[in-house]
Amino acid sequence: MTARHGEETAFDHLLRELAPHVLGAVMRRFRDFAAAEDAVQEALLAAALQWPLEGAPGNPLGWLIQVASRRMLDRIRSESARRNRESEVALEAATAAGSPAAGAAPEQDDTLLLLFMCCHPSLTPASAIALTLRAVGGLTTLEIARAFLVPEATMAQRISRAKQTIKSSGIPFQMPDSGERAHRLLSVLHVLYLIFNEGYTSSGGSGLVRDDLSNEAIRLARIVHRLQPDDTEAAGLLALMLLTDARRQARTDAGGELIPLADQNRELWDQQQIAEGVALLSATLPKGAVGPYQLQAAIAAVHDEAARSADTDWPQILALYDLLKRMSGNPMAALNHAIAAAMVHGPQKGLALLDGLAADPRLSSHYRLDAVRAHLLEMAGDRAGAVRHYRAAAAGTANLPERNYLTMRAARLSSGSG
Amino acid sequence: MKYILMMNTMKAGHGVPEWPQKDLQAHVAYMKSLHKELSDSGELVSAEGLSFPDQARLVRAGKDAAPITDGVFPEGKEFLAGFWIVDVETPERAYAVAAKASAAPGPGGAPLNMPIEVRPVMSGPPPEML
Repeated sequence: MTARHGEETAFDHLLRELAPHVLGAVMRRFRDFAAAEDAVQEALLAAALQWPLEGAPGNPLGWLIQVASRRMLDRIRSESARRNRESEVALEAATAAGSPAAGAAPEQDDTLLLLFMCCHPSLTPASAIALTLRAVGGLTTLEIARAFLVPEATMAQRISRAKQTIKSSGIPFQMPDSGERAHRLLSVLHVLYLIFNEGYTSSGGSGLVRDDLSNEAIRLARIVHRLQPDDTEAAGLLALMLLTDARRQARTDAGGELIPLADQNRELWDQQQIAEGVALLSATLPKGAVGPYQLQAAIAAVHDEAARSADTDWPQILALYDLLKRMSGNPMAALNHAIAAAMVHGPQKGLALLDGLAADPRLSSHYRLDAVRAHLLEMAGDRAGAVRHYRAAAAGTANLPERNYLTMRAARLSSGSG
Repeated sequence: MKYILMMNTMKAGHGVPEWPQKDLQAHVAYMKSLHKELSDSGELVSAEGLSFPDQARLVRAGKDAAPITDGVFPEGKEFLAGFWIVDVETPERAYAVAAKASAAPGPGGAPLNMPIEVRPVMSGPPPEML
């Protein structure tokens, strides 16, 4: 996700790998997250301009830490000049605090600490996403703004407010204690899930830019999994992303319209990615602590392993949704459970389950309930009912490709060619 | 989630409001401060003010796709005066911004309470993977 729209150079790649390590080192020296994050962005920008012309320095990480630290010192210097040289002593102390590269030792913990900060529950999801992509992902504000289709100034403001929130809530740059850690890791996983999902569906803008959000989410999920290899949900999330992203080429047509799972050309699925996801999941499930991400990954794996739509092991999927529904209480899990039940026991069974779900206030006015009901009515041969509910669902979604799909489905059925 | 907030308040035949200078200044200052608030909060996607209705033309393709324009509109037809597109966390926040725009001061400094039409922009949350 560069200004050249996806033509990622080796330098971009290196810079983004190094970004959280540089920030961690500068943070440990200067403590001020907001200022350190700005200084690191400036250092990354300087490197992006300079390295392609002059070649990368022998110690790229040390170079970046040094440039970012110099920016920090300049900032402190100009602030202390404003304060009548009062803080000259503090400046001396900061300058004396070791050579910049000396701060590069416990790099791995830094990335995790930064993720904990950027995905802190006190931030709104939109702020946490933007801050994570910049501070940990090493993306520029412009790149993030493009991916979310907002002006750069708006994204800059969102990031700066997020940093302000972190500052005012006094979130420390240190590892949360073991009791809080699991809970905070879930926030991190959730933010990565949202980034992935945002990129996975082409809800607007240039497809290429948004696809890169999925790649970035996968890259960050790999880092989290590497740092927390024993966390089964971190592994589950990575597997889920790999197994879902494997179908990317098959899920839209040339015009960007959605193709449902049953109609996808499965030859386009990325078998290598499926194999990686399945292997990761197979190594994780026996560890015992099964959570919602692992279950979703398992469901994705069952779909991915069917060579044809008709070969899908629906009883297995039904059993997994049954577990997921009980574990997460997520109404969307209950909706998908009804679909799986219809595939195993027939549409009437699914429709009966939907009647029970309509009482849930989170679902009763949700267009997905109409979409699923339409699908099951179509299966049951009730064309008129299916058309009515496809249209109601189309009216309710704010996602354009999905509205087109639902409208088309209704049109096909009502013209009698479906 | 993005929303468009549309100020459908201009009547055909109406042009520059004939308010006292002080009231016009208060109105403009209010709208500028709303703009700044949305910029500062990182919620503003875009905002535009449109020309007065006397500049509006209704265009249809005629024979050979040649444009046919109409320019005289019935009294009482409402026109879009301007719009904001905001990117906010909840629909309630979009409604709150709209209410603030609606309360912009008019003649004598009293709130105009103009109707603002709020609609989701089709860029909504993607269907969940589940």
